[in-house]
Amino acid sequence: MARHLKVSVWRGGADGAFQSFEVPREASQTVLDVVTHIQRALDSTLAYRFACRVGMCGSCAMMVNGVPRWTCRTHVDKVARSGFLEIAPLKNLPVIRDLVADMREFFDKWARAKGEFRGHATRKDDFAKVRPDSAPRVQADAGIECIGCAVCYAACDVVSWNPQYLGPAALNRAWTLIKDERDRETLERLRAVAGDAGCHACHSHVSCTERCPKQLSPTAAIAGLKREVTKAVLHGDL
Amino acid sequence: MTFRGEARLWIAQRASAAVLALCVAVHLVTIVYAVRSGLTAAEILQRTRGSIAWFAFYSLFVLAVTVHAPIGLRSVLSEWLGWRGRSRDFALLLFAAFLGWTGMRAVLGVFA
Amino acid sequence: MRQHPSYWAFVVHRVSGIALALFLPLHFWALGNALHLDSFLAWTQQPLVKLGEWLIVVALAAHLGGGLRVLALEFLPWRNWQKSLAAAAAAFALAVGLAFALAL
Repeated sequence: MARHLKVSVWRGGADGAFQSFEVPREASQTVLDVVTHIQRALDSTLAYRFACRVGMCGSCAMMVNGVPRWTCRTHVDKVARSGFLEIAPLKNLPVIRDLVADMREFFDKWARAKGEFRGHATRKDDFAKVRPDSAPRVQADAGIECIGCAVCYAACDVVSWNPQYLGPAALNRAWTLIKDERDRETLERLRAVAGDAGCHACHSHVSCTERCPKQLSPTAAIAGLKREVTKAVLHGDL
Repeated sequence: MTFRGEARLWIAQRASAAVLALCVAVHLVTIVYAVRSGLTAAEILQRTRGSIAWFAFYSLFVLAVTVHAPIGLRSVLSEWLGWRGRSRDFALLLFAAFLGWTGMRAVLGVFA
Repeated sequence: MRQHPSYWAFVVHRVSGIALALFLPLHFWALGNALHLDSFLAWTQQPLVKLGEWLIVVALAAHLGGGLRVLALEFLPWRNWQKSLAAAAAAFALAVGLAFALAL
């Protein structure tokens, strides 16, 4: 194993450039370890995000050799082709500086897709009794572990091609709420996710599902949204 | 276009796709058969002219294509050429009419 | 983001769709001149035309295969085998292409 990695890191804003560093190679090294080393030992002006560094928070998501990944969960051995790494901020989002992407648009779209639970019960009502093995609950459970890391958003080509597209995470969230029997806003949600900016723009590239670090399937959720919208349109509800 | 309209376009696209799946399957089998049998133009036309069943089948085929192709191109135009809005949709409507006209002209030429 | 089967299935599906949309008006126009079909058929014996016809048949089969994949993903309950649909679509297109090539 070569002693050093050649690492190309994005610096600056949208009109920035890649800067090269040489980083000592270690056993069991992750890409986050590499970025950390650069900032601590080589260039303290490097800006990047991380928090838990153990694969729970999603903050360290970046483009590694053109693929969006959680850098704390990406071993260098797995991705360094001939000892070379290219690290850039998440795709499809504006760059604040260096490896830090501006996540506002991602969360704005989440809100536009009505990603907020709306129940109608009060403290005077009894608890909702939801069977965990009921079909809607099983479908909702398949998507609720999303932590909003934007890896799927960065992986999606339709997001690149269609600036209004809500994206896989926001649509997946909408689906989990529609499948939540306590929620009463289904028609409003379907109206929010239908159309060219919503579920109908998905062409099933399945990149989101392929890259999701939590193995969720926004593709399946979006397919579900398409079916629900179709039913609502054919019944004249939409 | 409203989200309702766009949802309807999606439904029309999938419905016409289902129709075309059948039509294309039949068409491919027919064409491969005709080519392998080495049929001449006269022989082909002898079998097709005056056939109401084939006329109906290919008219349905043309109708499905007239719906399916323009809606398919709609995404390509917006995503790869950045062409959105009314002008794009109007151009596609013209393309649909053009397909319908040339298609029925062909159907009449071969099956009438 | 690009090196997985479903993405290639999409690209083939879209490119074949564009090719078909461009080809169909020509196809319809030629058939509309069916009265002169014999002289037209003679023209179609040229190698370049035969190659073009073969490409169109493969495009049609590829587009159908890709379309069936999309319909399965969108309307059938989610299963892992759906990832293999891209391969199935490709295999189908190839089979049809071979059948047609053998017939040419």
